[in-house]
Amino acid sequence: MNGKKIFGSLLMAGCLTVAISGIAYSEDDDERGERGAYARTSDVPPVTNKQYATECGSCHFAYQPGWLPERSWRKLMGSLNDHFGENAELSDATREQLTNYLVGHAADVLPNRMSRRILSALKADEAPLRISELGFMRREHREIPRRMVQDNPKVGSLSSCQACHTQAAGGFFNEGGINIPGYGRYED
Amino acid sequence: MKRFLILIMFGLIPLSAIAAGDAVSGLLAGYKAEGAGNFSAERGKTMWNEQHAQADGKVSCASCHGADLTKAGEHMKTGKLIEPMAPSVNPERLTDPAKVEKWFLRNCKSTLGCECTAQEKGDFLAYIQTN
Repeated sequence: MNGKKIFGSLLMAGCLTVAISGIAYSEDDDERGERGAYARTSDVPPVTNKQYATECGSCHFAYQPGWLPERSWRKLMGSLNDHFGENAELSDATREQLTNYLVGHAADVLPNRMSRRILSALKADEAPLRISELGFMRREHREIPRRMVQDNPKVGSLSSCQACHTQAAGGFFNEGGINIPGYGRYED
Repeated sequence: MKRFLILIMFGLIPLSAIAAGDAVSGLLAGYKAEGAGNFSAERGKTMWNEQHAQADGKVSCASCHGADLTKAGEHMKTGKLIEPMAPSVNPERLTDPAKVEKWFLRNCKSTLGCECTAQEKGDFLAYIQTN
């Protein structure tokens, strides 16, 4: 092999490396929104308020405040007498304390890589109440067939985070922690 | 040491029973003051299983808590596990009057469609307490 050929192959290999890492890099960028801006600790900050975990978590998964913007939490906490068809009234004092916690940790107040993506799928004045119907949520689950979630008696709906996301309570929703009842691990 | 621990364990059972009894008798006294009385576990049991037409179809207390109070229930919408209501297997039940009233308010409105009367609440407590 002559010197020119060796140089050529090295150059080619170098170009390929740069090109491939470029693709990987851009994917990473897309996946994490703002690359490097937030530590890869969890997807959404976990629930830190014990009262919230008890009061709200006795009926359903205690959704992390980072799933919704402040305007949504205010609307939701102001209509607890009709909470998705059920009465979930709280004493005024408790309601106020929990509202403060939710609002103080809302997606638009305490941003992280996940909440940025949640917000970017919302109009500025949109105040959704159902986390399971967020544009972000639908997009993330678009490839999951109904038989695994809606028609799966052990899951039922996208609102049962912890049914498949084994580390949901800790704020982790990445693929590694997925275990769909009756189907097992899921990879994109 | 072992004997001491056993003594403590046996000591705790009646303690929790007393706590539940205290909270319930306080609540019942309050309902009596509102004009209710002669609380009946039998009536409570009947109401527990009574179906009420709500937006999501027919619902009863048992829809989420189950008909057997010594067993855990499951929230009919979210599937969340609900610890047994029977104080005999779940000594924490009926020990906190504020918690009891909070859930009466919510669940009577959700299930029956309106707040429970003092009589109804007393009958429910009488029934739950016998389990």
